[in-house]
Amino acid sequence: MQQLSYFELVGFGPNGWGLALLTAAGVTLAVASIGFLVGALIGTFVAWAKLSRNLIARGLADGYTTVLRGIPDLLVIYLFYFGGSAALGQIAGLFGYEGFIGVPAFATGATAIGVVSGAYQAEVFRGAYQTLARGELEAARSVGMHRWLMFRRIVAPQVLRYAIPGLGNVWQLVLKESALISVTGLVELLRQSHIAAGSTRRPFDFYLTAGALYLLITWISTILFQKAEDRSLRGIRRAA
Amino acid sequence: MEFAKVPSAPTASPPERSSEAAGPPAVSVRNLRKSFGALEVLKGVSVEAREGEVISILGASGSGKSTMLRCINLLEVPDAGEIRIGSEEIRLRKGRHGMEPADRAQVDRIRTRVAMVFQSFNLWSHMTVLENVIEAPLHVQKRPKRECIAEAEELLAKVGIADKRDHYPAHLSGGQQQRAAIARALAQRPQVMLFDEPTSALDPELVGEVLRVMRALAEEGRTMLVVTHEMGFARDVSSRVMFLHQGMVEEEGPPAQVFGAPSSERFRQFISSHR
Amino acid sequence: MDLPFMAETFLRLLDGLPLTLNLTFTAVALGAVFAMLLALMRMSGARLLDWIARAYVFVFRGTPLLVQIFLIYYGLGQFRPTLQELGLWGFFREPYWCAVLALTLNTAAYASEIIRGGLMAVPANQVEAARACGMSSFLLFRRIVFPIAVRQALPAYGNEVILMVKATSLASIITMMEVTGIAQKLIAQTFRAVEIFIVAGAIYLALNFLVSRAIMALEWWLSPHLRRAPAVTPPLVEAAHV
Repeated sequence: MQQLSYFELVGFGPNGWGLALLTAAGVTLAVASIGFLVGALIGTFVAWAKLSRNLIARGLADGYTTVLRGIPDLLVIYLFYFGGSAALGQIAGLFGYEGFIGVPAFATGATAIGVVSGAYQAEVFRGAYQTLARGELEAARSVGMHRWLMFRRIVAPQVLRYAIPGLGNVWQLVLKESALISVTGLVELLRQSHIAAGSTRRPFDFYLTAGALYLLITWISTILFQKAEDRSLRGIRRAA
Repeated sequence: MEFAKVPSAPTASPPERSSEAAGPPAVSVRNLRKSFGALEVLKGVSVEAREGEVISILGASGSGKSTMLRCINLLEVPDAGEIRIGSEEIRLRKGRHGMEPADRAQVDRIRTRVAMVFQSFNLWSHMTVLENVIEAPLHVQKRPKRECIAEAEELLAKVGIADKRDHYPAHLSGGQQQRAAIARALAQRPQVMLFDEPTSALDPELVGEVLRVMRALAEEGRTMLVVTHEMGFARDVSSRVMFLHQGMVEEEGPPAQVFGAPSSERFRQFISSHR
Repeated sequence: MDLPFMAETFLRLLDGLPLTLNLTFTAVALGAVFAMLLALMRMSGARLLDWIARAYVFVFRGTPLLVQIFLIYYGLGQFRPTLQELGLWGFFREPYWCAVLALTLNTAAYASEIIRGGLMAVPANQVEAARACGMSSFLLFRRIVFPIAVRQALPAYGNEVILMVKATSLASIITMMEVTGIAQKLIAQTFRAVEIFIVAGAIYLALNFLVSRAIMALEWWLSPHLRRAPAVTPPLVEAAHV
């Protein structure tokens, strides 16, 4: 095989991996987004538990956030992937199937990301809630709002507003975590680069391209989150 | 307690003080100009302090008095003018962003002879009071450690906070911190002491203890330039009083003359509003 | 919950601990030096140096650590002939050195921002007082700026060390047998993911606990002037080393 130029390699021509890389980037965004949303759900629930008066709930929630922020993400991914596969294998074994069944990589990846980012998001939501001025809540209560209405109209919008910077950080984290999912075989951006690198014997070119694509996604994300933050702070005076 | 380099002046009894006429003035500043952006803060200010003189510098905020003081030890670099400490002139040159010192080493050397006491004390928060006081003598002037510590302890006793030597600045009251700052300045064995509104940041009850220390220093014969709002100090302790208005010297002279028969209307108003 | 199995797993995993610690502390130490350089570049006032440092931080914080590792370990293989000529191939073919290099470059980016934050938090008026008594720039830095900056940066830096401990797990992907590497091998062999996960997780949690205690002790020792309960609650979210 004659030496292809860099641009032919990553381009969209017959020898080009451009389309494959872009598709894989799409997979990265997909798994990251779903994982992030799962994490938001978990995070909300855990934050609520952390703020509750129930000692057990608080203890469990604290344990959850401590553990999942303290152990490597890779271990969590291995847990879900191999653990899930083992569980599936056992279930299949009940039906007489012998052998390894891999759990769907996308679902596992999104779940693992969700579980880890949930711990970080819980901290963000908790901090945001505590920033909320006590007075606003009291005003709502004194007007006669019952708890669900208060949550919907006062608490949730405000918490979201204060949480945006922290959530921006978690999103960056989630994006980078998605690269770890490649160990399960999911063909996201890093795995696709790995495949291309192996096939063409040009690892540097492809990993560099992958890095550039990640950087692009990161950069655009930063801009979007900044815009969201600016919009959400309309009407709020912040100390310069 | 006698320190080197301070000539033993006769005990000062205000308002007249005899100053040592021999040699160049301790500080000589001529025609200082300084602008911050479009705002011209100093429009040609001159001041001269002979050894042993105490000069009080008065003026409304924005009059340029702090800026002038800070030019003396180059914390601000003037756009034009001449600054001499003793016989040495501070060399300046034109840099990329305006005037700058031509010789950094000269500036550092001059600063060891000119000690400053700041409005917000500016003690180093990670060091004890004693460590603050010995820092310059030990690390800048490279004097032997034992000597620095002994002298520091005497100075702390002199300003009345000997028992606070191992405390940290955060544990001291404002008045105590400022007295520690004065001890720190004295430890440099300076030829000239600059005071930049030393009591302005203090609660009224604490002002007295600091002024007492400053008065004692004046009576020892130290050369002091003091930017202040304390009229009593200016009247009773200084050899000369200067009044700055919008970057220029409006009034200057011995306290009796300046307070007794001010020639400037503005200064008259200033005195009466600061009674 | 098979306790004998977990006990045996624990002993097996301990074999990986020296490598985990080795990678962590080597990368943190080398990274700190480099981070200091980057922070100084950013605060130097020279526009070119500032821009280079900012670009570096942007790239290394904006791309996954795994990509950086792959770039060095696999990617540089593309230039093998050149590297062999330069006599560097021996270094770059070793997974250990590739991991150390990637981890160092990565932590330097995060640490430089932490250091810069510490430097900027030094109160300006204490710097002014130091200048006013004749301190040269070097003396000023050594006696005033650096000591205060370190104390300001310590909590965030402690958090960074904990993140590095976690980051070393990625070395397992390029064949290094530190704790996660051994854990993965055991899981693949026995399929007992949950139990192995628990043991490995416990080891990492213990490590992090020790690190945060050590940082708290250091904070307490360095701040007699601030004796309050030192807080090593990590900041809300730090971009982890992923």
